[in-house]
Amino acid sequence: MKITYPHMGNAHIAINAMLENLKLEVIPPPPISKKTFELGVKHCPEFACMPLKINLGNFIEALDLGADTILMAGGWGPCRFGYYAQVERDILEDLGFDFEMVILEAPDSRVSELFQQLQALGQNVSIWEAFKALKFAWYKLQVVEKLERSFAYIHPRAADKNRVEDIYDKGLLELERAQDKSDIDEAGSKNLDRLNQMVLTGKKPLKIGLVGEIYTVLEPMANYSIARCLGRLNVEVDNSIYISDWLNDHLLGSLVKKSHQKHLVKCARPYLNYSVGGHGLETVGSTVDYARKKYDGVIQVGPLTCMPEIVAQSVLSSVSKEEDIPCMTLYFDEHAGTAGIQTRLEAFTDMLKRKKTLTALTH
Amino acid sequence: MNKIGMPRGLFYYYYYPLYKTFFSDLDARVILSQKTTRITIDQGIDAAVDETCFPIKVYFGHVKELCRYDLDYLFVPRLVSIEPRSYICPKFMGVPDMLRASIDNLPPLIDITVDLSRSDRVYKDQLFKTGKLFTKKTGRIKDAYEHGKQELAYCQAIAAQGYTMAEAIDIWQGEDIEQQLNGSLRIGVLGHGYSLYDEAISMNIISRLRQMGCTVVLPEALSLEEIEQEAATMPKRIFWTLGRKMVGSALKMEKMADIDGIIYVACFGCGPDSFIGEIIERKVSDKAYMLIIIDEHTGEGGLVTRLEAFCDMLKRRRRHKIEDYISAYG
Repeated sequence: MKITYPHMGNAHIAINAMLENLKLEVIPPPPISKKTFELGVKHCPEFACMPLKINLGNFIEALDLGADTILMAGGWGPCRFGYYAQVERDILEDLGFDFEMVILEAPDSRVSELFQQLQALGQNVSIWEAFKALKFAWYKLQVVEKLERSFAYIHPRAADKNRVEDIYDKGLLELERAQDKSDIDEAGSKNLDRLNQMVLTGKKPLKIGLVGEIYTVLEPMANYSIARCLGRLNVEVDNSIYISDWLNDHLLGSLVKKSHQKHLVKCARPYLNYSVGGHGLETVGSTVDYARKKYDGVIQVGPLTCMPEIVAQSVLSSVSKEEDIPCMTLYFDEHAGTAGIQTRLEAFTDMLKRKKTLTALTH
Repeated sequence: MNKIGMPRGLFYYYYYPLYKTFFSDLDARVILSQKTTRITIDQGIDAAVDETCFPIKVYFGHVKELCRYDLDYLFVPRLVSIEPRSYICPKFMGVPDMLRASIDNLPPLIDITVDLSRSDRVYKDQLFKTGKLFTKKTGRIKDAYEHGKQELAYCQAIAAQGYTMAEAIDIWQGEDIEQQLNGSLRIGVLGHGYSLYDEAISMNIISRLRQMGCTVVLPEALSLEEIEQEAATMPKRIFWTLGRKMVGSALKMEKMADIDGIIYVACFGCGPDSFIGEIIERKVSDKAYMLIIIDEHTGEGGLVTRLEAFCDMLKRRRRHKIEDYISAYG
């Protein structure tokens, strides 16, 4: 069995670690490229949301490399993601691929069921080994996210941004290759130290919160590396969501760490009073939260026609007014005009800077 | 007498008789917005964000029209789920919040949550609270709701005879509409009721087909059990109520020998339909199938041409039946 899975940000580092420790032969899909997009766009329904197209591109590329099993997550709506696996399977079968699809469903966020599905997937692994695989992957994810957070802090402040990006990219590669805990610790602390030793400009950067649909927030290829663009404009970007938060809230039943979810739901009131699927409620809640933490602005991202984000976007106008926080919404699809995005980001940050200086002057 | 506004959009086409009877029995006057016009559409486009789907924009237009009247309440339920383990669509779940954020000077909203995905307790609770606005007697509220359900069933029975839900509601209210069931072609037309039966949204697609000499078969004319049975053949249960109904209806129509072709009317940007249209296209291989995607553009000529071409093709196919099968792709 040669197993593959879809890409999402740096999730592949943890997923790879877990699957390898379940004694599976893993064929990771090649990094998302223009070709991935093209394959997805060609075979997916025209109006499907972008993550589906990228997923499908990932699968086709991995199947071409010899994979025969696809690992995918499920769900029960109302967001379209819950039906992704079904549509993808139909399309791939019609294209003539021969493969098996394993869909992880966590109906009531019960960690035991998820765990059983994982163990069943492994090749003759004991419960203890499956548990260790999961724990190792979780540990790796924690270190990856530590590096991500540190990068988000240093990048806008550093004078030499190329070097920061270089350290971060290489650090991720080292973490991906790390075989045991000591490897991870070594790679983690070495690269964190390197980041911390960077020469900083000493200027206080603008702070922007990045909210929206999880895939678009986490996958740089899906958002034209918006975080890096902003970092290069000396803007500190805070991700409203990390993979570990999502896993913790949705699959592990908030067992591992304290959930932030309840706080966000409270923040979203009275603007949005009901969960609208996907990350709609979290988007609104996080925006309010950022406003109260005195961030300079919020950028909402999502795939074009994303239903929950449209609801959130409709509500954000009144959040922006009442909580006094500038918001901008960017929808992404497969078109590839980066200049337009860059211009809008520059205009938005210029506006935030002006606003900041003006309020500083009037006080 | 209390005046309650009801927008003629979204689930008007599925539930109007129920709530109209409910509120009337509680001595409230129900004020319905006018049929969708260009002005409704323009007002809706102004109020809603660009990315929302066309039916939601039209709904906003209806709400704006109602805001002009002197209303005591505006009835805009939050439709989450109308049956166990299913949803409508995320946008329906956020409609009251979206309205509050987009339109000023709204009358007080009655935004009860209709969520029957796990149990009907919350829904009943909220229904009673709503009823309490108009009467103190719980018995009366219960009776009014039961009466509403009866009227809805009556209206659905009218629709089952081959009328659209919009026509069925008109007939239910006492109008006389003659039925045309003698067309030479029988075409199954599928789509979400709120876009299909709103003549402005669907650009009159149903009456156009009838004028071209077709008999239109709608999901309302099929039995619910058969639809569910067909939909259950999908490997994973489709968790959008309307989406599942459409897939079930399409599969059922594929098996009905007297149906010549199937047309699916979807709205641009509709999330569930982007998948459902695809699923039907892959599953329905024995019948001609056409997917029409509509939005607020007004070029009716393109639609007419496609309908004519589709009908011509079906007629040709009938004439050449000796060949037994001609591919839908030409």
